[in-house]
Amino acid sequence: MKRLSRLRRHRAAGPLLLIFALFTIGTTFQVASAVNSDTTTVAARSATIDEGKQLFLKGCSSCHGINAEGGGIAPSLIGVGAASVDFQVGTGRMPMADMSTQAMRKKPVYNAEQVNALATYVASLAPGPAVPTDAVLNYERDGSVAQGGELFRTNCAMCHNFAAQGGALTQGKYAPTLMGVEPKHIYEAMITGPQSMPVFSDKTITPAEKLSIIKWIKAAQNEPQLAGSSLGRVGPVTEGLLVWTLGIGLLIGVAVWLAMKAR
Amino acid sequence: MSNEIEPIKDPGLPAHVHRQADSDPIAARRAERQVAILFGLSAIGTLLLIFSYIFIKSDKYIFIPVIGETGAQQFGLGMGMAIALFCIGAGAIHWAKTLMPDEEVIAQRHEFRSDDEDRADFVKTVKAGASAAGLGRRPLIKRSLGAALGLAGLTPLLLLRDLGPLPKDNLQKTSWKAGTRLVTDPGDRPIRPEDLEVGAVAQTLPELAPGEERTLNNIGKDAVLLIRLRPEEFNLDAERLSWTHEGIIAFSKICSHMGCAVALYEQQTKHLLCPCHQSTFDVTRAAKVIFGPAARPLPQLAITVDANGYLVAKQPFTEPIGPSFWERSS
Repeated sequence: MKRLSRLRRHRAAGPLLLIFALFTIGTTFQVASAVNSDTTTVAARSATIDEGKQLFLKGCSSCHGINAEGGGIAPSLIGVGAASVDFQVGTGRMPMADMSTQAMRKKPVYNAEQVNALATYVASLAPGPAVPTDAVLNYERDGSVAQGGELFRTNCAMCHNFAAQGGALTQGKYAPTLMGVEPKHIYEAMITGPQSMPVFSDKTITPAEKLSIIKWIKAAQNEPQLAGSSLGRVGPVTEGLLVWTLGIGLLIGVAVWLAMKAR
Repeated sequence: MSNEIEPIKDPGLPAHVHRQADSDPIAARRAERQVAILFGLSAIGTLLLIFSYIFIKSDKYIFIPVIGETGAQQFGLGMGMAIALFCIGAGAIHWAKTLMPDEEVIAQRHEFRSDDEDRADFVKTVKAGASAAGLGRRPLIKRSLGAALGLAGLTPLLLLRDLGPLPKDNLQKTSWKAGTRLVTDPGDRPIRPEDLEVGAVAQTLPELAPGEERTLNNIGKDAVLLIRLRPEEFNLDAERLSWTHEGIIAFSKICSHMGCAVALYEQQTKHLLCPCHQSTFDVTRAAKVIFGPAARPLPQLAITVDANGYLVAKQPFTEPIGPSFWERSS
């Protein structure tokens, strides 16, 4: 003990300590900067993940849990993948406006950059479906309308209506209309199966077939209305209603006029 | 003082009110003009139809209030025909109501029965005809005529029989046999269990033997829906559980109520819905009916994997698929 305190008071102690400290700082900096210069994208990625984590803690963790482990009212997000986040947040479904039966499409709360940050963060938790790139989504080149129509009628039409107008499910749930939905979001919905929708695996409906479905939906959307108002394109219900009210109303009017005596 | 109640007097018909056009020549001319205008409108309608057909291009669109963007030619054809037909009728009715004679005429009904003399004459003619033909005296003709008429009566039986072959056991059986691979519809690709994530569905049909063709009748019977759940989510008895494979369960897509394609699968509730009458089946309990008019669960197809790892049927359906029919055993 006496010896240590004697050493501490030695004349050389100050300069030696200073040299040691400088050496340590220098080495650490060198190692750190070497890592940075080698893998800037990794650093940028981890910055995005950090940003996503901050956004997640503020906006999502109250329901989905601090570590996205899920809770009583919201599912775990571990392993749902970036595609799921991009679909749910990018279409405005998440965050939900209220705890009703189904998250509705609305104006997105987060901008594209923030959605990307959230998606990157959730994807960093566990592997899952990735957001399809623009190169993948070239449905105009890689899709076929005829094949898409066949696939749509077998796999999608029972819920989303034969003209992709959407339809009712049970207890207030519904399959939304596909008119005006971005190709990216249609693709993501098929690979992630959001809410009531099942997953359509890449083996049972190949990526090329998914592009065909998207191309068919876009073709249906751009189809001209030769006869004016589409009446919602939901089939005979609205058309019948119109005929029963307008058409039969007109016939009743004519019948009354027929039976009236001229003055 | 008399207690007799006075009978209510027959009020008769109300006095005939004449129309303006009957007494006032100006009103008559006005009515005549109105009828002529309606007929004229009808002619214009027909001209519009002809004009639209010949001169308007079928890809030209115009905006019509209320109706929206509309094909101009279709609109012209429809409006032209509507105006043409409606105005002919309206003109004719207006003509009849304002200008045609307005006298009330009483026409007495006649008896339908012919008088006795005519009736006796008729009977006499028929008897004379019958004896002249000699039916009673020539039994050969009578019998051969009877045979000819009787045979002719069989024709409808043959034609009705020709409406279609009897269904035989087609309603009882599908194309699924033990070892038949499940292939995607459309695409005809075999499926491995690992191709389906939890929550995934696949529409499938039985794999065709080389040279075999898929008929619509077969698609209508064989369509099967594959659904993958977490194995612990099943609530099945041991036998039905052995019909699933690693959480993958297969049901006939043909509704047991009216034969619609049941494929609205709600991933969260694990319910299958029929779009026609909203029958709801619980996938976790072997498609038990939990809502709607369906009388039976959807038949479950037992599945397993073959040596190459593809999903195959373990056995044919154990019950007829689809709606009830008279000869159905269960």
